[in-house]
Amino acid sequence: MKLITHNMLTSKCLKGVMTGYPLAINATDVKVKEVDFNPEFITRVIPKLDWEVLWVAANSIGHGEGLPKTLEPKFEEDEDLLKRVHKVLLEVEVEEGNLTCPESGRQFPISKGIPNMLLTEAEVQ
Amino acid sequence: MSALMKLKTLQGHLESINGFEKPKLKFEQYETPAHLAATALYTIQTQFESIENCTVLDAGCGPGMWSIGAALLGAGTVTSVDIDDDALQVFKENVDDMELTNVDAIQCDFLDPRVARWEGYFDTVVMNPPFGTKNNAGIDMKFLRMGTLLSNDSVYSLHKSSTRNHILKKVKDWGMKGSVIAEMIYELPAKYRFHKQHTMNIAVDIWRVHHAQ
Repeated sequence: MKLITHNMLTSKCLKGVMTGYPLAINATDVKVKEVDFNPEFITRVIPKLDWEVLWVAANSIGHGEGLPKTLEPKFEEDEDLLKRVHKVLLEVEVEEGNLTCPESGRQFPISKGIPNMLLTEAEVQ
Repeated sequence: MSALMKLKTLQGHLESINGFEKPKLKFEQYETPAHLAATALYTIQTQFESIENCTVLDAGCGPGMWSIGAALLGAGTVTSVDIDDDALQVFKENVDDMELTNVDAIQCDFLDPRVARWEGYFDTVVMNPPFGTKNNAGIDMKFLRMGTLLSNDSVYSLHKSSTRNHILKKVKDWGMKGSVIAEMIYELPAKYRFHKQHTMNIAVDIWRVHHAQ
């Protein structure tokens, strides 16, 4: 699971859960896999993100280094920053661990890099 | 970015993908033929530029025919979702064999919009949805509708040609625009016991459904 994916996931489908966002990450295995750097793509993706959630997530798995807590305007002109964001969003992968719903504490396992967000019928609202 | 991969090369790569180990009827697990996926994806990129540098979602990815094709054609990221654990295991092996790193998979129910904050997030959604059986008629349209809600540009989806008029009407009802960009033959191998013939040929359309501008 890449952090670009984590930035969107919610547990809102759980019974009784209002927002279910962001999910806390507990990682037992994190890998970094090289992805081609494309500044144009990263620039286009950044505005779609919840930056604070990305910042917290990256730090929680030990990859927050060099990532500013708030995003300055004109971030697209800062290539070093774009490279750091590229790495954190696309190259860092949580292979094993789990995601935790902030309201209910329900855990979603991440196994072989794939989070399992499926619920049982009784859990769905 | 590197030049676009040749169609033949793309098809060659897709032919090496492993299929479902034990296809499950309840999820209508049919593999998308490699030549079909390759031709469709190539058209989607060359005519509409909807793959390279795009955020792409593959809904109901199965072993990954569309996802891997899109990744090979230079998608910025491919997000692949499927409900079935076994299919995702094969998917993962296929992606790792190809050494693709711009792909990320999630096990979830694509038809539940609360799984992720994806509304209008993806540039492109590709899918080979379940065609629907007696027990879940209309599931193809549910997939297509969800695809349109999660995309900000276009959805490319495979449907039986016999449903063409129905789709046209629905797309209009949704306030979107759509057209068939390719007509193809889907050779369906006899995977399930109730299939009497060896293979079945089904006429299918590749639809491009996009937000009206």
